[in-house]
Amino acid sequence: MTPAGSLLVADELHKAYGPTTALDGADFSIHPGEVVAVMGPSGSGKSTLLHCLAGIVTPDSGSILYAGREMATMSDAERSALRRSEFGFVFQFGQLVPELTCVENVALPLRLNGTSRKQAERTALTWMERLEVDDLAKKRPGEVSGGQGQRVAVARALVTSPRVLFADEPTGALDSLNGERVMDLLTEAARSTNAAVVLVTHEARVAAYSDREIVVRDGKSRDMERIV
Amino acid sequence: MCRVVDMSIGHTLLGLLESGPRHGYDLKRAFDEKFGHDRPLHYGQVYSTMSRLLKNGLVEVDGIEAGGGPERKRYAITDAGITDVERWLATPEAPEPYLQSTLYTKVVLALLTHRNAADILDTQRSEHLRMMRILTDRKRKGDLADQLICDHALFHLEADLRWLELTTARLDKLAEAVAK
Amino acid sequence: MKMRQWADDLAMGVRFAFTGGREGWVRALLTAVGVGLGVALLLLTTAVPSALHRRDERSTARDDFTYSQKTLRKADNTLVIASADTTFRSKDVRGRLLEREGARAPIPPGVATFPAKGEMVASPALKKLLESGSGKLLRERIPYRITGTIGNSGLIGPTELSYYAGATGLGDHLENGRVERINYFGPSPGHQQNQLDPILILLILIIFVVLLLPVGVFIAAAVRFGGERRDRRLAALRLVGADGGMARRIAGGEALAGALLGLVLGTVFFLVGRQLAALLDVRDISVFPSDLNPAPALVALVAVAVPTAAVLVTLFALRGVVIEPLGVVRTAKPPRRRLWWRLLLPLGGLALLYPMTGQGNHNGQFNQWMVIGGTVLLLIGVTALLPWVVEAVVARLNSGSVSWQLAVRRLQLSSGSAARMVNGIAVAVAGAIALQMLFAGVEHDYTKRTGNDLNRAQLQVMVRGDVPLSEVGRQLARTKGVRHASAFSQGSVGDRAKDPNTTLEVAVGSCAELREVSRLTSCRDGDVFRILGGEYDSDTKKATKPGGTLYFDPAYSGTTSHPVAWKVPSGMRTAGQHQDPTGYARSGLLFTPGALPEAAAAGLRQQVYLSMDESVRDAYDYARNTAARLDPLADVYTLASSEQSLQFRSIRNGLFVGATCVLLLIGASLLVSQLEQLRERKKLLSSLVAFGTRRRTLSLSVLWQTAIPIALGLLLASAVGLTLGAVLLRMTGETVTVDWASVLSMTGIGAAVVLAVTLLSLPPLLRLMRPDGLRTE
Repeated sequence: MTPAGSLLVADELHKAYGPTTALDGADFSIHPGEVVAVMGPSGSGKSTLLHCLAGIVTPDSGSILYAGREMATMSDAERSALRRSEFGFVFQFGQLVPELTCVENVALPLRLNGTSRKQAERTALTWMERLEVDDLAKKRPGEVSGGQGQRVAVARALVTSPRVLFADEPTGALDSLNGERVMDLLTEAARSTNAAVVLVTHEARVAAYSDREIVVRDGKSRDMERIV
Repeated sequence: MCRVVDMSIGHTLLGLLESGPRHGYDLKRAFDEKFGHDRPLHYGQVYSTMSRLLKNGLVEVDGIEAGGGPERKRYAITDAGITDVERWLATPEAPEPYLQSTLYTKVVLALLTHRNAADILDTQRSEHLRMMRILTDRKRKGDLADQLICDHALFHLEADLRWLELTTARLDKLAEAVAK
Repeated sequence: MKMRQWADDLAMGVRFAFTGGREGWVRALLTAVGVGLGVALLLLTTAVPSALHRRDERSTARDDFTYSQKTLRKADNTLVIASADTTFRSKDVRGRLLEREGARAPIPPGVATFPAKGEMVASPALKKLLESGSGKLLRERIPYRITGTIGNSGLIGPTELSYYAGATGLGDHLENGRVERINYFGPSPGHQQNQLDPILILLILIIFVVLLLPVGVFIAAAVRFGGERRDRRLAALRLVGADGGMARRIAGGEALAGALLGLVLGTVFFLVGRQLAALLDVRDISVFPSDLNPAPALVALVAVAVPTAAVLVTLFALRGVVIEPLGVVRTAKPPRRRLWWRLLLPLGGLALLYPMTGQGNHNGQFNQWMVIGGTVLLLIGVTALLPWVVEAVVARLNSGSVSWQLAVRRLQLSSGSAARMVNGIAVAVAGAIALQMLFAGVEHDYTKRTGNDLNRAQLQVMVRGDVPLSEVGRQLARTKGVRHASAFSQGSVGDRAKDPNTTLEVAVGSCAELREVSRLTSCRDGDVFRILGGEYDSDTKKATKPGGTLYFDPAYSGTTSHPVAWKVPSGMRTAGQHQDPTGYARSGLLFTPGALPEAAAAGLRQQVYLSMDESVRDAYDYARNTAARLDPLADVYTLASSEQSLQFRSIRNGLFVGATCVLLLIGASLLVSQLEQLRERKKLLSSLVAFGTRRRTLSLSVLWQTAIPIALGLLLASAVGLTLGAVLLRMTGETVTVDWASVLSMTGIGAAVVLAVTLLSLPPLLRLMRPDGLRTE
């Protein structure tokens, strides 16, 4: 598990929000095609770690290398472009634009990258088929169930064929059956495109879809595989 | 419910000795207080366990009071004994149902002996997850029957883990209680 | 029993508003600020008539010149007053010279003691100006020592520039039009209240409707601030057992709390605004704070109507909403908006206005209630039609960039709230367009073309007195900023020394100067001409028969003058008519200085046309200073190409000020609801940014989201405004012409407000788009 073969490596990350320390020297690494679960109790800094890794927030100190490039020195526009083209995101909830139909939501990242609307929606539809939600294409997010909505979100995260998929409690708002279905589809789709998946969860059954896990506690990370 | 299974009684008694030499009678009382609860140990169990440990060189007799009998002997832990406890604590239990009593014993012992209890929990979780990954994988590939069977196991393992998380969150309180 | 239930629920709502934690407070405060601003504007607007009335009263109370034909005899109670009005930069200065002739001489209002010669009492504003560095130039013109200030009762506004200076010897100039002997201050016997003509009344009525209606719309919008969060709270109330009606009434109570607090804030804003009004000086009009008193009946009406309206609007807004214990359901798909009843409103308005077509023509009176009713209905029609228009148009919009798509989809989902946001602006713009059109239509009735030729001269100076004409011309020509001065004297001759039957105008000047006012073929000093070619030719010919005698400065009964006889020579030369720089083509006689009897010069007034160098700063004021030095009572006129009736001008000013205030107010409310909407979408925005949406895209979508409804609103407003304008013009009997400039400027202002709102909401938007919004722990 040398960082050399890794797609995304973080070293000694520190991040504080005002007086609260969210990360206190956390490390991380992931290979292409790997699913890594980030576990830990609430408030341990899991989400902050994900946000740092995804270039959504900049850590106070430490380095994050993505494909050999240091993210800390990138401009906001560069990081945005990276997120747009190389990364995909699934959050717990509140991520689908309520006004857009499902297919428009899925097509959104492609359109942000400049793909024409028609082309984008065609690609979106094939991803929706893979996630078995193509029949919802014309519906608005408010009209579909939580599980369906989350699958739409996964389709949206994958539609640009990202190299890293960031999932923050993707099943947090779902029941077991729906949660499992989403995880099944998510990991399967990610593996088929050789995407790396950073999966933040506190649920063991969700983490069981990963290849390995790291534990974040009090802002510090433990890579269990290296310890055992 | 909360009983230490036989095979770990030896490690538990060893762990109790780490804080200092004790008589067999003291050992039984300490065990009952911390782990025995509804089912105290028999003197015979203590006697037979101690003689096995003595034979394996994990404890030594520190002194014998007049009157004889196993309960009159004072036992002390040897270096080999300490190493044995160490190894036992660091080895995760095979993920299987109804583990909690062993895990509980391990956590309490770790706290009693000032070892890092959180590490034990993390290690255990990792082991559980390894098992759960196998089950999850089997489930994905199997038919409905496989899925149902695997789910059963998965939910039990998950229950263990949730207990582990809860315990981890309460380690500080537990440490206080154990120290009393 | 039912009343009691109502009161209880409302009271509970009020309590919720204030005890609902920070969120409740913020909501109540937002509503209150919105309502408060509206109430303040309402109070200020309703106070304007009283302020103007008080101003008028004071203006009448200090009336001095009676312009009566008879000159009073000097007595114990008389005073000789001379007008020394002047202009400093663009501000008018009211100046009076006073000479007390007896112990019981009247004293002007606001003045405590008569100023002695060389002293003056000045208004506070003038005093300040004279004492400041920028007033130095004026100080030269008004060199008197300030010994006191004029009290408020002697001023029409706090920024009025006015003074009374002591003088002596004024009694010798009583025949001069600017000097008069009086024995009281106040309205002259012939004074009559200026009756506003029906068209001006119509204008004022429409202005009030146009300004107040958007404020009403604004207040209605303000009580809906924070609606979505409120809905969630209502759902929680339903969960603990409140029934639907109760929840509604509690919501009404919350709005009531905001409205009541708004009344308090509004009063405070009003009082503050009232004080600030003193600092305002809009085109020479300023008001004393103490004059801004709304009529008590109107205050009472506002105090009752605003809270009531708040409750009713809330209940009305919740009519399409089912409050369920687990959340608020907007009746899944709101029924398609129907057009027919929305059209009834404007059509009803037209029906009310139409019968009055052409009435302004023959001095008819408009039925005020029909005017107000019709206008209100037409304008309210905008608010009724706009949601339908927005829905209908937005449903057909499609394809486009991501930002456009985001905006369009959002509008499709909630076209109602989008339309609500711009309702106020649409009503204001529609009204303003109609008004502007009406103004443009009737403007020429109230604007006189003066015929001044500004290429030849920009300033006209009239001096009386003993300074020789050549000196007057030379001094003015030498003044800084004067390019060229053309001076001549003028007076009149009569066929008899006393009470002449025929009088002729006389102009005296060098040949070059006479050529400014007539056509001369050849001219030499010593020549006399008579001007022929105008409508008074017969008088001129009759009076200038050779050998006859004419009298300079003939006397009239009641005036004192010293006529000088002059014999008409034979073979007098003829000159042609020619317009002077004021556009006047004179007739009568022309004298070169050599031909004028020496004694006649005293009765002449000197007139100078000045061509100014506009590039010299304060050029006009240098010239005025010179004129004042030559004669403190000199008349100086700035020549302008047109002049508007003062009344008309002040109404138009009022409209501009009001429309600006209203649009600013609405802009503020737009901003508030915009920010609120953004806050509600914080999480969504953050997640959009997380997956790489450019900030530009989101900002643009916010812009579209406001711009689309605004564009539709402005279009509709233009249509309704033009219709209303056309109807109003027909009512006044004017020809209907569209004043495109005003349509463009009003819609432009509307568009500028949108742009400003978008710009102002950008910083918070950018802040909201920061990924912190993703943090849940």
